[in-house]
This record gives sequence, structure tokens and C-alpha cells, in this order.
Amino acid sequence: MHREDFPMLNNDIIYFDNGATSFKPQVVIDKIKEYYETYSANAHRGDYDISFKVDLEYEAAREKVVNFINAKEKSEVVFTSGTTDSLNMIVNGFFAPIMEKGDEIVITRSEHASNVLPWFRLAKEKGCVIKYIPLDDDYHVTMDNLKKVITPNTKVISLAAITNVIGDVRPIKEITKFAHEHNIFVVVDGAQSVAHMKTDVQDLDIDFLAFSAHKMLGPTGVGVLYGKKELLEALEPTNLGGGMNEAFDNEYSVILKDLPTRLEAGTPNIAGVIGLGAAIDYLNSIGMDKIRDRELELREYLIEKLIKIPHIDIINVEADSGIVSFNVDGVFSQDVAYYLNKYNICVRAGNHCAKILKNAIGVTNSIRVSLYFYNTENEIDSLIELLKDKEKIEEEMI
Amino acid sequence: MDSDIKRDIIMEHYSHPKNRHRNETDEYLKVNTNNSSCIDNLDIYIKINNGVIEDISFDGEACAISISSTSIMITNLIGKKIEEALDYINNFEAMVNEEDYNGELLNEAIVYSDIYKQNNRKNCALLPYKGIKKALEDYINTKNSKN
Repeated sequence: MHREDFPMLNNDIIYFDNGATSFKPQVVIDKIKEYYETYSANAHRGDYDISFKVDLEYEAAREKVVNFINAKEKSEVVFTSGTTDSLNMIVNGFFAPIMEKGDEIVITRSEHASNVLPWFRLAKEKGCVIKYIPLDDDYHVTMDNLKKVITPNTKVISLAAITNVIGDVRPIKEITKFAHEHNIFVVVDGAQSVAHMKTDVQDLDIDFLAFSAHKMLGPTGVGVLYGKKELLEALEPTNLGGGMNEAFDNEYSVILKDLPTRLEAGTPNIAGVIGLGAAIDYLNSIGMDKIRDRELELREYLIEKLIKIPHIDIINVEADSGIVSFNVDGVFSQDVAYYLNKYNICVRAGNHCAKILKNAIGVTNSIRVSLYFYNTENEIDSLIELLKDKEKIEEEMI
Repeated sequence: MDSDIKRDIIMEHYSHPKNRHRNETDEYLKVNTNNSSCIDNLDIYIKINNGVIEDISFDGEACAISISSTSIMITNLIGKKIEEALDYINNFEAMVNEEDYNGELLNEAIVYSDIYKQNNRKNCALLPYKGIKKALEDYINTKNSKN
């Protein structure tokens, strides 16, 4: 649905790599273009009209994010360069100063590298311990398994709301309820979820949330760090510089600005932030529930057809998202991706930045189809036709 | 060479690669080679005696082009002196990168003469060469520094 809004879809390609990045609707492209063509000034320098307009648009985008995720106020929404940046700020700015030797960090083996490596470094530097929630037979997180790894030393649980290979939807609300009863913080990696389902940070009672604009129809290079205000107040800025300080003098004394500006050192990605605002307007105009329903409809259609092909092994038959990972029996995933590319079908092959997942599922590489609402049943049919014929795959994969 | 024949040779080396096994012994130099842009990841084992490559084997995960290219490379390099081997490697790289090359030196490796047309697969064909070239150059440097 709404395919006519996306200029990229006029390029005769079938795009199934929405987990990596999404296409941009014309309204987002226009909004960015408008900034560069008509009021291309810096932010927070409102001495002249066009700069004043930048501030208005920039802060309007922040307001849109606040409403989109139902944050309490603008001071809880910080613009970053993306999910990775947000997660690193959370780990290095908030947790590094408070973590002590023996403290435990709970993650899973299906997390993306961005929600693993910052914790690894912190654990190494502080003598903390990483604990993995055991995944069930479908590679999902259950409350029972979560409780198994919680100890009095657990300080933080950091999980993707939807994982990028398995596509499972985590029970975030239950997790935060349990965690907060035990004085444990919850960090949510929303890279794969915020664009695909309604995220209400107050209802879910999330402490920190990280997500990227480019996976939700917005531009690359911009993302969001959400944190409850009292927690963000304690987050040490990892970047210091222009725009975030109120005053400083020769005696090394620095007074920082209030939230959220304090955490946005340097000239921000103004065009990106304004573009994200337009993307949110666009998503709202369709409705997140509608988007989610459509994706699940497409997923069901794909699984139903894929499961009938004997030489296809689906890794995540059970998952409530648009992510479907599979392998063609005896054919290296990258060869399948190259084969599909010959027919202008874009899928992802590899380990999808989840390199410790292979220890959990015993499969190193896979092909991933990640759907979005603008995909169609016809596109899925084309994919299925090409995958059905194993001889053709082997014939044409090189 | 006809493209169907090229294809058959590539598929034969992919399905039945030469010396696909590990050699974790002191006799063999080991080198890992991988492509940052994809998931190909191979270990190559090389046994050198008196300046001659006596044996090569490999193992790991990679696509059909990388596996077949490694197998063909191994077939061509066993028995060659290090200098001859480097000459062959440079020739292969030149072919893939659309530079001047001597096809006669390449034997079956000529099957990749059209690979430049698929930009995303050039690195697959070059993968084993990148690894073995590094191993041979390291070997020469270590030897020179010892002398």
C-alpha cells in the first residue's frame, strides 16, 4: 500500500531489506530539500529569520518524536546519529559511571552488535558480568527464562524490542514490570520495532530507548535517544563542545545547558532531524496499527508459501514481525542473494550483525527478507517463483 | 572460452574443491582471509620447502565463486616457486581488475575473465589471492630479516 509515495519503488526493484534501511517517501525528501533550499542556517542562533525558522522546525520535530513514542516532555528526547550512537551514549554516559565490579548485565545472543559490543567493553573495563537469557525453541525470550538469569547483582537488562534476525517481539512491558520490582534498569533497542509497531514508552515503562530515523522512512545519520528525565539528568555527556554549554571560564569551570540540548554537542544533523519529523507525520497519516497489520498479513502470506518449498529451511517460522530468515538447503546464503539480485530482488545474506547468534541457533548465515507495508503479495510471488526451483538457483547463482 | 564451459569448471571446483581440509601443523603456514563487505571467511594452509610451495589446503565458509576460485588457485600454485606463484597471483589480480594480463599463465583460472562484469563478485574471486599473497610476502620478509 501507498507505493506511489516512494520514488525508489519506480526503479524496477523488489526491496526486501527493510530491516537494513527503509525507502523514503517523497514528503520526507521534499522536507529535507526545502531545508537546504530555503532556510539552510544553523540551529540555536536565532538572530535572523531563517535561523529562527530552523529552531522552530528542529524543535517541532522533537515534539513529533515526543508524541510518537508518548514521552512525557521534550527534555526526554535527544537527537543522536542513530541507534548505535544512542546505545553507546546510554552505556558510556549513564551506566559506566554507576557500574561496579561484579554487577551483571543481561542481554541475549540474538542482540545486534550495537547492543552487545558497548556492554562487552564496559564489562571488561569495570569487571562486570554479561549474562545471556536462554532462548526457547523458537529463539524467543520468555519471562521464565529471563527470571533464571536475574540475581541480586543484576543492574540492567538490555534487549531489542524486535530482533533483527529472528524478528521475535519481546514482552517489554512484562520485562520492565519485573525489572523495576527488582531495581533493574531496562534499555530497549528499538531499531527494528519503532517503525513497525506502536511504541509507548510510558505504557511500557521503558527507562531508555534507542532508534534510528532511516529504518522508519527518515534520512540516514539521525536517531533518537529517549530516557526518563531523571535518568537522562544523570547521563554524563559523552561529547562536549559547542551548543551544549551555558558558560565556561579559564578555571575549567563549565556550566552545561539543560536537557536535551546538553546531550547534543556540536551542530546537529538539522536536515536529518527535520526529515525525521516529516517521516513521523507520514507514518501517523497511515497509522502504526495499520502498518503492523499489513506487515503481519504479508508475513503470513510469505511463510505460507515458503514453508511448502521442501529445500527451504525457515529459521523463524514463529515470529510476529516482518522479518523472515531462511536458508536454501546446501546453497550458501550469499549465492542465493546474488541469484535473486540478478532478478532485481534485494535480500540480505549473512549473519546480520548478530555474530553470537550462531552459538544459539547453530546456523551461521542466512537469507533475510524484511518486509514493510509497501511490499506486496505480487513481490512475494516473484520471490517464491525464483526460490521454488533449486536447479535454477544452482544454475544461475554464479 | 565458452561461458557454459566456464560455468561447468567453476561448478566442478565448487562441488569438489581441491584440498578442502585443515592442516593445523607446524609444517603449514596459516592465513585467514575474509571480505569485510560479505561473509566469506577462509583459512588457507601453505607448506613451503626450499622456496617451493609443496602443498596448500583450505577450509571455511564462502560462496561458490570464492570456493571455486580457491580450489583453482590451489591447483595452479602447488609445485610453483614462490616468485612464480607471486607472478601468477599478480596476473590473476590484473585480469580481475581489467588490467593487462597474460592468460597463458592462468590455466583454468581464466574462467573468471568475465567476473569484472559483476562488480560485487570481484572480491569473491580475489579472496584467496588476497590471503595467499599476504602469506607469501610475510614469508619472504621473515626470511629476509633472518638472513
